[in-house]
Amino acid sequence: MMTAFSDFDWRRWRLVITGGTIIAIILICAIFAPWVAPYSPYDLDVVAMLQSPSPAHPLGTDELGRDLLSRTIHAARISMEVAFIAAGVGLVFGTLIGVAAAYFGGIVDLVLMRFMELLFSFPAILLAVVLMASLGTSILNAMIAIGIVFVPGFSRLARAATEVVLREQYVESARAIGMSHTRIVFIEILPNILAPLLVEAAVAFSYAILLESALSFLGLGAQPPEPSWGNMLNTGRGFMVQAPWLSIVPGAAIFLSVLGFNLIGDGLRDVLDPHMKE
Amino acid sequence: MTDLRAHALDNGTPTLRIRDLSIEFARRRGDDMRVVDRVSLDIWPNEIVGVIGESGSGKTLTSLATLRMLPKRARIANGTIHLDEMSLHDLSEPEMRALRGDRIALIPQDAMQSLNPTMRIGRQVGEPLELHSGYTLSRAREAARKLLESVHIREPEKRVREYPHQFSGGMQQRAMIAMGLALNPQLIIADEPTTALDVTVQAQVLKLLREIRDQKGTSILFITHDLGVVAELCDWVYVMRNGKIVENGPVRRIFTSPQADYTRMLLDATPSIHTVPQVTK
Amino acid sequence: MSSDMITVTGLGKVFGQRHLFGGSSEFAAVSDVSLSVARGQTLGIVGESGSGKSTLLRMVLGLIRPTSGSITIDGQDIGTLPRRNEKAFRRKVQPIFQNPASSFNPRQSIGAILRAPLEVHGIGDRKSRRDRVAALLEQVGLPADYAMRHPHQLSGGQKQRVAIARAIILEPAIVLADEPTSALDVSVQAQVLELFREIRETMDLTSIFVSHNLAVIRQVSDTVAVMRLGRIVEAGLVDDIFANPQHDYTRALIDAVPDHAAIMARPARRFTS
Repeated sequence: MMTAFSDFDWRRWRLVITGGTIIAIILICAIFAPWVAPYSPYDLDVVAMLQSPSPAHPLGTDELGRDLLSRTIHAARISMEVAFIAAGVGLVFGTLIGVAAAYFGGIVDLVLMRFMELLFSFPAILLAVVLMASLGTSILNAMIAIGIVFVPGFSRLARAATEVVLREQYVESARAIGMSHTRIVFIEILPNILAPLLVEAAVAFSYAILLESALSFLGLGAQPPEPSWGNMLNTGRGFMVQAPWLSIVPGAAIFLSVLGFNLIGDGLRDVLDPHMKE
Repeated sequence: MTDLRAHALDNGTPTLRIRDLSIEFARRRGDDMRVVDRVSLDIWPNEIVGVIGESGSGKTLTSLATLRMLPKRARIANGTIHLDEMSLHDLSEPEMRALRGDRIALIPQDAMQSLNPTMRIGRQVGEPLELHSGYTLSRAREAARKLLESVHIREPEKRVREYPHQFSGGMQQRAMIAMGLALNPQLIIADEPTTALDVTVQAQVLKLLREIRDQKGTSILFITHDLGVVAELCDWVYVMRNGKIVENGPVRRIFTSPQADYTRMLLDATPSIHTVPQVTK
Repeated sequence: MSSDMITVTGLGKVFGQRHLFGGSSEFAAVSDVSLSVARGQTLGIVGESGSGKSTLLRMVLGLIRPTSGSITIDGQDIGTLPRRNEKAFRRKVQPIFQNPASSFNPRQSIGAILRAPLEVHGIGDRKSRRDRVAALLEQVGLPADYAMRHPHQLSGGQKQRVAIARAIILEPAIVLADEPTSALDVSVQAQVLELFREIRETMDLTSIFVSHNLAVIRQVSDTVAVMRLGRIVEAGLVDDIFANPQHDYTRALIDAVPDHAAIMARPARRFTS
């Protein structure tokens, strides 16, 4: 993709770096939560409930006296897990389906893409809820459900990108050499369609976080006492007047992670855009 | 190199006079790169001048500089460009815009890319007249019909109402020429207009250009990489390489006794349908 | 006939389909084409756009299925070729395509691109393949360390040399070239053509060379077939066709070529008034 530069072109990557920094911080919180968080997210201290931000509790406490900062940091774990796995599921299965549809064409294309369109026609949240209803409420099922929501979008993108590559002469040459279908797909096609898929994946991450929040807000994702930004928002609803920070903090966390991934996605799109290359 | 045109003694002015033109490209890292280096060329009325060069020779950039249509990162570092007596350098952008299409017309390489696929041919060919001469739509359409006729497009009344995709490649190129001719320009800059065309169609387009020179006295700057076309069409030729003019002169002389090594190399490398290589088989 | 390497009989290709409610968008890219190429000879196919020459070539390559007619290569009718023999067939017949920019997978190194045919056909081992690639690069006039470069680091002419290397690495009997020099500068074109002629000579290749450029066809062919709108209008020995064209279209093509050698023989023209 990029030839090796001894002096790195910071300007071109600035969006990606900014977004990447935000996400890196959130990821550190997620991975090292037990060490980063000052308190356990489960420690009740009913006496200290609904306290506004103070030196002891920098972001305040919730209705059961649990430290909000610690809960937010632990919740990052769930959001990041869901984001990566869901986007991963969508990327892998969507790409497989899209490439297969474009490569084999004909009836395969017809059947696969009509099925994708069927899934695509459902509003994302509705589809996720319906899937959760059949799979059962748990974080794992949330990840699978959201992943399935993403598959049609990725498949459409992979199919379009594959169609472009299929017309390139090097694919024709590969066939003329006698290369097998598998080898053509994995060596000639996949590496060359990666670019737009990665950009889409970055955006999918942010959407996954929003969906997870929505699902746990509706009580379908992470179950209490597990903290998740979504269910924290849900409980915060009931205390909007007395303790607005209960809603603001998880909301801000969601905002920052969505922003981070979107910046990465936009930045990647600019970096990979041939027009912006020299 | 000094031009040796016989009629330079007539004390006339050339239609286009470029002197010591240098164009530089701004690079993201490092110094600016000089892509055209002190190029000088003249084009007189009633003359077809060829500029021949391979890719990277700077021939297209030189012509774009004349129209002040250089790409964003390129700029004229040096030199003067005169149309008749008028220095193009001193003109403002609105004045330059008034010139484009009116006194200098550009026929680009790929007609299909330059034609608006959602606008009828007649409308597009007549557009310069609407823009520069304030023609009404109906008057412009009638003028367009006549222009299509002048470039030998058959059934022009029918063709005027058609869309670009209904035209063949050769017809599209001729439509572009018609558009270029709309305002009766002094100078036509044709950038490889026949490269993408079939050889029989190319022959027709070259014939058309010769007609235009003969009937209207228009000056034509013809950019190409094809020596055969230069021999067939041009009166005078400039040979460019790596941004410099390597040699120039009357076409006959350049082909029969080239002075520069590069010119000789080009001539040797161009295959001919008449000579066969020495390799034994 | 038995000395012919390639024989094509009544070949046709119709694209498009009949529509449900009448009418059709069918069109015949190639109609009733018959030709033959003797062992070790080069057939030049010349035609303008829409002549069907590229479609014809791709049918002989086995990349497009003909809708009618047959193709026999070295005595084997490739229409009735069982699937398991397809790979062996591909070893015999190799292409060189026109566009250097899109001929190669941009993500692979030149070495990997050249090794691929050897890997696909299970020839040699890692070491012998690398050696063969190095030898081949030398044969086409490129330094051996180019194996580590990527396509975008090579010029158009260099890429076409690699294309030639890739075509001959399996030591095919037949090479089919589709406008291999059309996208190149004139000086580079001459070198690549020269390389093609050399290789053809050393490996005793049978080849078909498709081009719209009559001068190039003249330089490279033993026999010539002129195509127009999917049919062959004239065919014969190269010298005969150029010196004595029989068909009107062939004559029109030859006349239309702007040729500096012939033009200079004409009387002098005024160059300004």
